[in-house]
Amino acid sequence: MDIANALVAILNFVVIPAAAYGSQLALGALGVTLIYGILRFSNFAHGDTMAFGTAMVILLTWALQAMGVSLGPIPTALLALPFGIALTAALVLMTDRWVYRHYRRVRADPIVLVMASVGVMFVMNGLTRLVIGVEEIRFDDGARFIISVQQFKAWSGLAEGLSFRTTQAITLIVAALSCWALFRFLNRTRSGKAMRAYSDNEDLALLSGIDPERVVRMTWIIATALAVMAGTLYGLDKSFKAFNYFQILLPIFAAAIVGGLGSPTGAVAGGFIIAFSEVAVTYPWKKIAGYLFPTWQPDGLLQLLSTEYKFAVSFVILIVVLLFRPTGLFRGKSV
Amino acid sequence: MSGSRQSAAANPWRAPALLAVLVVLFVLEGSLSNALFSGSWNSALGILNMGLLSAIMALGVNITWGYGGLFNAGVVGFLALGGLAPVLISTAPVPGAWDAGGVRVVLALVVGLLTLVLATIVARRVPRAWKFWAAFAVVGVGFVIYRFLFDPAVIAIEANNPAKAGNIGGLGWPVLLSWPVGGLLAAAAAWGVGKVALGLRSDYLAIATLGIGEIIVAVMRNEGWLARGVLNMSGIPRPVPYELELQADPAFQARVAGWGMDLATASGIWVKLSYAALFIVIVLALIALSELAQRSPWGRMMRAIRDNEVAAEAMGKNVTRRHLQVFVIGAAVIGLAGAMMVTLDGLLNPAGYNPLRYTFLVWVMVIVGGSGNNWGAVLGAVLIWYLWIKAEIWGPAMMAVITAPMEAGALKSHLMGSAPHMRFIAMGLVLLLVLRFAPRGLVPEK
Repeated sequence: MDIANALVAILNFVVIPAAAYGSQLALGALGVTLIYGILRFSNFAHGDTMAFGTAMVILLTWALQAMGVSLGPIPTALLALPFGIALTAALVLMTDRWVYRHYRRVRADPIVLVMASVGVMFVMNGLTRLVIGVEEIRFDDGARFIISVQQFKAWSGLAEGLSFRTTQAITLIVAALSCWALFRFLNRTRSGKAMRAYSDNEDLALLSGIDPERVVRMTWIIATALAVMAGTLYGLDKSFKAFNYFQILLPIFAAAIVGGLGSPTGAVAGGFIIAFSEVAVTYPWKKIAGYLFPTWQPDGLLQLLSTEYKFAVSFVILIVVLLFRPTGLFRGKSV
Repeated sequence: MSGSRQSAAANPWRAPALLAVLVVLFVLEGSLSNALFSGSWNSALGILNMGLLSAIMALGVNITWGYGGLFNAGVVGFLALGGLAPVLISTAPVPGAWDAGGVRVVLALVVGLLTLVLATIVARRVPRAWKFWAAFAVVGVGFVIYRFLFDPAVIAIEANNPAKAGNIGGLGWPVLLSWPVGGLLAAAAAWGVGKVALGLRSDYLAIATLGIGEIIVAVMRNEGWLARGVLNMSGIPRPVPYELELQADPAFQARVAGWGMDLATASGIWVKLSYAALFIVIVLALIALSELAQRSPWGRMMRAIRDNEVAAEAMGKNVTRRHLQVFVIGAAVIGLAGAMMVTLDGLLNPAGYNPLRYTFLVWVMVIVGGSGNNWGAVLGAVLIWYLWIKAEIWGPAMMAVITAPMEAGALKSHLMGSAPHMRFIAMGLVLLLVLRFAPRGLVPEK
């Protein structure tokens, strides 16, 4: 039994990738859940908001690179991120002004708002295709690894290598910082408390003099900032391809529902639950079993599902939660 | 929304006027040859046939949305599942495939199904605290047995003549028979999803169907034993003659000579017309059935449920069960369209099932045409499909006019290169404008 090598392999192939992916999902799910809490509909345009924002960040990154600006070992995209968020937030606020506000005023059914978000999704998708195209784009620069496989092997003397990429570290740090900032905002500031009050009970919040339009604007800006961060980190970690951002909508929705729609804590927990299950179920465990039980020679790869079915994992978790606890693990809204 | 659906009576001339516009558009496409129109009847009829199939998809969506107010975001999955039927029913059997592992695969699928049934029963009988873990244990054991049966069989089937087949093969039955089977496949999947997601909050169904849509397409892409996966399944039999057969037929040759047409063009048009006739018959039959249902007591009950669920429930109607019913019927119609589409193409190409094109564009068709109105859905579908196809050509043509004063350079070539993507923006805007200013669509519900 070779526990050290098994642990390193688990860390390298399961824990680190899943933690990075989980942070990206958590940021995305936070946006979905905030919009659900305040505006009370599932925003189908969220994936394409992520894609559009990331496209903006990529364009700005290229511009910065052309001007010779760089952050040394850190990707230039981080410098472009605030400007990308500002541009995307401006577009999203315009969609609210021209599309969603009307339905809020006439108090339309949530499903009509969902339908409107499908229209916004089409427009955003077209805009993304128009500005940046449909090809796969890699835009990470700077140092690739904090710990590379060779370094780790030389340091530890183990047969199994461990790599920790810069993008993974940045994902974890940025996600942790933004979650901390968001929860501080929601719990400590006046505006954050107004948002929570509006989410809990709209009429009571109106009665106590909270300006609903201001709350809605803040929600859109925060959700967009989270979405663009999630999209940029995902693009840095893997690569940018517009269609992948549409597909990531399913794990993000699943994360938000698993945690309980409307509950920010739930969204973060849901993101990590989905990510860890997805990676654990699609990872071939044969190598790790080989370290732990050297005498056992399994026939297959010990992979529960092939990687093509990773979306099935989020779907199954979603179904299980719907069956056993429809309001989610953290008791979200039931309306 | 519910209040405005049945308010003022709409102008009865709207549907005929829209039909007239469509006829003019198709005649222009068939006869005028310029920057905007191709001037080829083959192209016009090609658009018409896909438009008619889109109309059937739109009818399916309209049943779930118009009657039930349910949002099905997985149209693409039910369509793809329906497309499996022509492959499994009507392609020729693959020699040796069934012996290689057919029985074992069927056994594995039965075990998988039984596991789910058993897990449901266990979850219902066991006390609350243990419910989840008991069901989990049943599924875990079932999954191991399933994989033990399934994996070797799949490897054996895929190893059987992998260059040309590698799939389980069909039954060799007539292709028209596979169309209703496609509907049944989609209905079965919809029943499973609906059973779980209906009766909860309305967006849950949307998100669950979004998931099942992606999973069905992923299964069809990756399960090579089923229909060759991404290798595509071609040579699916046709219900109408082949162009080459027609060209070799002396009677057809004589008739074409009488019309004074080119033999190749005439055979293409003949085949497309035969398909169009077949599709129109089915569209009309579906509309007739749908209208009959709408006027029956069942249809009145469905409208009552849609317009006020609480009141309908108070009158003793089982809302969840009725919702499941319309959801399954709608999915069946979409599955039928899927089987017909694969038959028309003669090809099953799982990589081509794009949710934007097959889920959300169909939704645009229904909303633009008029939710709750069958004629509206059909006319809207043909119109939107026509615009979708032509916008790919009109977009660059328009961009060429806009960019004409610009000097040649990177920006101009980028703008010209991405002009075909403008149709996504156009469709989004059309949906938003209709939803906002004419929420009842071009041909509103009566």
